[in-house]
Amino acid sequence: MAHLTPTPALEPGQDKTMILNMGPQHPSTHGVLRLLLEIDGETVVRMMPDIGFLHTGIEKTCEAKFYHQVVPLTDRIDYLCPMTNNLCYALAVEKLLGLEIPPKAQWLRVMLNELTRINSHLVWLGTHAMDIGAMTVFLYCFREREDVLRLFEAVSGQRMMTSYFRIGGVALEPPLDFFDRVRKFADAFPSKVDEYEGLLTGNPIWVMRTKGVATISAEDALALGASGPTLRGSGVDFDLRRDMPYSGYENFKFKVPVRQDGDVFARYMCRVAELRESIGIVKQALDGMPSGPVKANAPKVVLPDREKMKTEMEALIYHFKIVTEGFAVPEGEVYQAVESPRGEMGYYVVSDGSAKPYRVHMRSACLANMQTLPKMCEGRLLADVVAAIGSIDIVLGEIDR
Amino acid sequence: MNITTFIIVSVIKTALVLFVLLTAVAYTVWLERKVVGHMQNRWGPTRVGPFGLLQPAADGVKFLFKEDLTPPHVFKPLYIAAPMIAVIFAVTSIAVIPFGNWLNVGNFHTPFQITDVNIGLLVVLGITSLGVYGVALSGWSSNSKYSLLGGLRASAQMVSYEIALGLSLVGVLILAGTFSLRGIVEAQAGHFWGFIPNWFIFRGGQIVAFFIYLTAAYAETNRIPFDLPEAETELVAGYHTEYSAMKFAMFFMAEYANMITVACLASLLFLGGWGGPLFGPSWLQQLLPLVWFVLRVFVFLFIYIWVRGTLPRFRYDQLMAFGWKFLLPLAIANLMVTAIVVVLK
Repeated sequence: MAHLTPTPALEPGQDKTMILNMGPQHPSTHGVLRLLLEIDGETVVRMMPDIGFLHTGIEKTCEAKFYHQVVPLTDRIDYLCPMTNNLCYALAVEKLLGLEIPPKAQWLRVMLNELTRINSHLVWLGTHAMDIGAMTVFLYCFREREDVLRLFEAVSGQRMMTSYFRIGGVALEPPLDFFDRVRKFADAFPSKVDEYEGLLTGNPIWVMRTKGVATISAEDALALGASGPTLRGSGVDFDLRRDMPYSGYENFKFKVPVRQDGDVFARYMCRVAELRESIGIVKQALDGMPSGPVKANAPKVVLPDREKMKTEMEALIYHFKIVTEGFAVPEGEVYQAVESPRGEMGYYVVSDGSAKPYRVHMRSACLANMQTLPKMCEGRLLADVVAAIGSIDIVLGEIDR
Repeated sequence: MNITTFIIVSVIKTALVLFVLLTAVAYTVWLERKVVGHMQNRWGPTRVGPFGLLQPAADGVKFLFKEDLTPPHVFKPLYIAAPMIAVIFAVTSIAVIPFGNWLNVGNFHTPFQITDVNIGLLVVLGITSLGVYGVALSGWSSNSKYSLLGGLRASAQMVSYEIALGLSLVGVLILAGTFSLRGIVEAQAGHFWGFIPNWFIFRGGQIVAFFIYLTAAYAETNRIPFDLPEAETELVAGYHTEYSAMKFAMFFMAEYANMITVACLASLLFLGGWGGPLFGPSWLQQLLPLVWFVLRVFVFLFIYIWVRGTLPRFRYDQLMAFGWKFLLPLAIANLMVTAIVVVLK
């Protein structure tokens, strides 16, 4: 297997250092990240991340699927924010097709995206706190995450791999009591965030473990391509939802939390503030939810309703055609980026005019964010590495794809 | 009492205390899982027996029958000896701890204690500090990097906090004027101002000493927020990474036995031991002190568990700074103030 990239090796530089292989099986490398650490006592001298242990070949698989068959694959890239990936892919293909999405579908997408952000941030907060030793926060977070997952289940039939968004809208009308359930959750949630903060934000040990730890300057973060809370924690005010709005985000009012310190605590505060902002967006979406269809009027792209298939000849034919041979997408290429919970998630889709994409490439936010890791950790203690990994919130499925 | 009765009584008492201690260890684990579970919106063990009460037995059986792996790269003699050292010293220190007054059955009198040594406190401190050998040796002999780091952390931590722990107790010793644990408890009998019990925690600023003792004891027993030697998210499992089956269970038992010893000591030294209201017939008056003592130990164990459900973990350098720069000076200051107060009286 000589043609493959050899496993990165790290040779000890001085006599008194030791190479520590952290991962891929390690409780706090969040999946299967492998870190090679050269340590002097407990101080990290050098760090080399090694990825690829969760390679799924999804990018390549996409090329063998019809455009609509790619949607379920996008769920599995970043399993903590499936809807964000659904949305990004759908937006990219819709751009190629020149489809106009009805307002209700757009608002639904925004609402579900913010719920996804909450879901993802809750997992992050729980695991990050557990890495630093606060075990209870983890279970508190998962308690609320369960509520979000139940909402997902209600709307899409699935808890995690939702595949709810379609090219041209969303899969189904949400069930009747869905919006009431979301509102109930949205009303209850801010007090739960207070609960997490009560356990962490003012806790002297938490502050000692996070303040001034694993800092990265705004210049470094930008140079390494970081985005999302990792970038905003370093004082760069950039959020795609506000700066390059998509899917109707321009209709919503929300603050973009920015902290100047660039340390673990700053990133923590950014994300916790985002939890509150996201629930605000969800409430706005509920209040202003337009009526109308949830799918675009494009019979060649969007699957017809089951009812129509039983009464209309054309609907049956379109259904048969879309399912068996897909739909052709005009030649061209497009890059669409969305603000995922972790940063700039981008889909680059190339079409050769056929029913299958010529190339689908994902711009992974985590991959870029992870590049900041050695900069954060070198010269610091082993325990800070764990805090730093938690604070950049990586999902290995997205990095390896 | 002639020598034969002495031996028979001692053996019976030792067996009984050991049985109670090991059961207590098992049920402290159960208690911890249950209490932390309820703090975290979970149930804890529920499947084995009513309220999961047979869970410790099931765990014990599991540990016994698990495959006992010995990795090929370990230094075998010490690798095998280390968990034994840990558990033996953890269990031995219970020998000098008194649980109550005297048992009087007709002509037969014996204290609720295996043996009353007149330097009881020193014996406990000495034996528990030997326990660090188990941890340090397991870290070294495992020949694994995570174990080594865990072992080093543990040794440094236990040695550092032992000083603060020892000094915090000297104040109590000055007030009591004896090393005997029974003597210390007897010095706390009665009330002052009519209603406040004469416990050392309320006397001569010893509440500071109590705080130092409690903090240092958490570090000694490797519990959150000082559980760095086995910090799961950093060092996988710390010094016992390479251990499996009963060898691992021995470290586990040692940790919980140490917790119980520490809780016993805290009750004896600061909270008046087994002191409490006595009433009813004479057999009840003999057994009630045991109840009061167990209640206090239970409270301490509960606080241990509560803290675990609440706090994150210190970092290594912060832990050292906290021990040497805060706890130790505080302990010395407390000691000097106590000494001056006692002399001026």
